[in-house]
Amino acid sequence: MTAILEFWNKFITMLPELMEGFGVTVTIFALTLIFSLPLGLFLSFGRMAKNSLIRTLSKIYISVMRGTPLMLQLVVVYFSPYYVFGIKISNSWRFTAVIVAFVLNYAAYFAEIYRSGIESIPKGQYEAAEVLGYTKVQTFVKIILPQVIKRILPPITNEMITLVKDTSLAFVLAQVEMFTAAKQFAAAQASVMPLMVAGVFYYIFNLIVASLMEFAEKKLNYYR
Amino acid sequence: MGEKSLLTINHLKKSFDGQTILKDISLQVSRGEVVSIIGPSGSGKSTLLRCATMLETMDSGELIYMGEKAAQEVEGRCVYASRTDLRRIRRYFGLVFQNFNLFPHYSVLKNITDAPMTVDKVPKKEAEKRAMHLLEQFGLADKKDAYPFQLSGGQQQRVSIARALALQPEILFFDEPTSALDPELTGEVLKVIKQLAKEKMTMIIVTHEMQFAKEISDRVIFLEHGNILAQGTAEEVFYSDNARIRDFIGKLNS
Ligand SMILES: Nc1ncnc2c1ncn2[C@@H]1O[C@H](COP(=O)(O)OP(=O)(O)OP(=O)(O)O)[C@@H](O)[C@H]1O
Ligand SMILES: [Mg+2]
Repeated sequence: MTAILEFWNKFITMLPELMEGFGVTVTIFALTLIFSLPLGLFLSFGRMAKNSLIRTLSKIYISVMRGTPLMLQLVVVYFSPYYVFGIKISNSWRFTAVIVAFVLNYAAYFAEIYRSGIESIPKGQYEAAEVLGYTKVQTFVKIILPQVIKRILPPITNEMITLVKDTSLAFVLAQVEMFTAAKQFAAAQASVMPLMVAGVFYYIFNLIVASLMEFAEKKLNYYR
Repeated sequence: MGEKSLLTINHLKKSFDGQTILKDISLQVSRGEVVSIIGPSGSGKSTLLRCATMLETMDSGELIYMGEKAAQEVEGRCVYASRTDLRRIRRYFGLVFQNFNLFPHYSVLKNITDAPMTVDKVPKKEAEKRAMHLLEQFGLADKKDAYPFQLSGGQQQRVSIARALALQPEILFFDEPTSALDPELTGEVLKVIKQLAKEKMTMIIVTHEMQFAKEISDRVIFLEHGNILAQGTAEEVFYSDNARIRDFIGKLNS
């Protein structure tokens, strides 16, 4: 009985800070998606561009971002103002650097997902729209993109689930999010319990993300 | 060029990867005419329709709709009109594809109304009135809220014909409109096309349905190796003494 009470007390003490960390985790997650989803789309245009220079540059960018650790990219982005521009790194840059690095990294993954989605749409859809007189932009926005979104929802969900877990990498820039908070408690209490609690939080967060995406997929199931 | 000519193609040449597909095609189609294009596989029938509908660019020659030049020869080169001119000229024709190419995420009704509303800025009410009229004419009024995947191939093809007609084109092209269909479904599509012929719709139809071509066409064109080998009334072409044509027709009938 006392053991349970002791656990409960510890849990209550760390809950506020853990929740605060959780808030940061959710913020990193949301901001990354808000910026990287559109950026990824433009990057996929670059990847499929007629201009071979744009195409090659996009390809190299995507390959580097996917081929090097996100942790390394976080550090590079964080220190780049100093090494590239000689600007002293301020404290407020920390969070921005986390977001920038996550956005740059995830845009690369999303770009490849968009590309495979766009390339999977039959040529006949473009041709039908062209003969009917749709402009290129109308064709993409009204005819192609809705079909692409339906097709890429499953791989996008996978990336989102990975992103939830990846947010913990922000600790390398000493950005306090949920994992960092839990680790500090674990050290102070000499117990793995805080980390377990954090794990449960990540899991629940992902459960919510996955259910929302499943709901969206169902919504789009009205056609094939 | 007679003022009645709706479509004029002069000396159209087209090659892919150095291989000449259309050698020197000239063609005039008048208002109300129904023209069938027949010929062996690979003879360039689809390529001809795709050049006429500007899905492919011609290497040389002229393409004229209602006296307006979509493409012309300038110093031996094929030059297309400006984008705005082409947008206007594109409204003269419609194309029905072999595999329908309906928009899967739109209902039947929206498939038909969306282009008039988006491209021609037709008010929604008017576009829907037009669409319902066409659907009733084609016996599909009860399918207006269905999605393409819920329809049979024959129904999908009729919807795609309605979609093309909703833009009120002067001329309608068909590229083998029934060859993706099960035999028992071709009849309902052919019936719709016959109905349009009765209403004096100008049509150019690539088809392997010889009986249908015979019944419907004012003129039949036989294409082989990118050349017009023969053209004339169905009787003239079908009973031509050209051995190659007889061979082709004979094979289809056997
Ligand atoms: N985009 C392309 N690139 C290269 N070759 C092409 C292309 N489109 C068509 N061809 C070639 O042009 C030739 C004529 O093709 P086309 O599709 O016009 O024939 P068709 O008469 O419509 O045949 P079918 O009766 O089989 O439909 C074929 O040899 C084909 O391989
Ligand atoms: Mg063909």
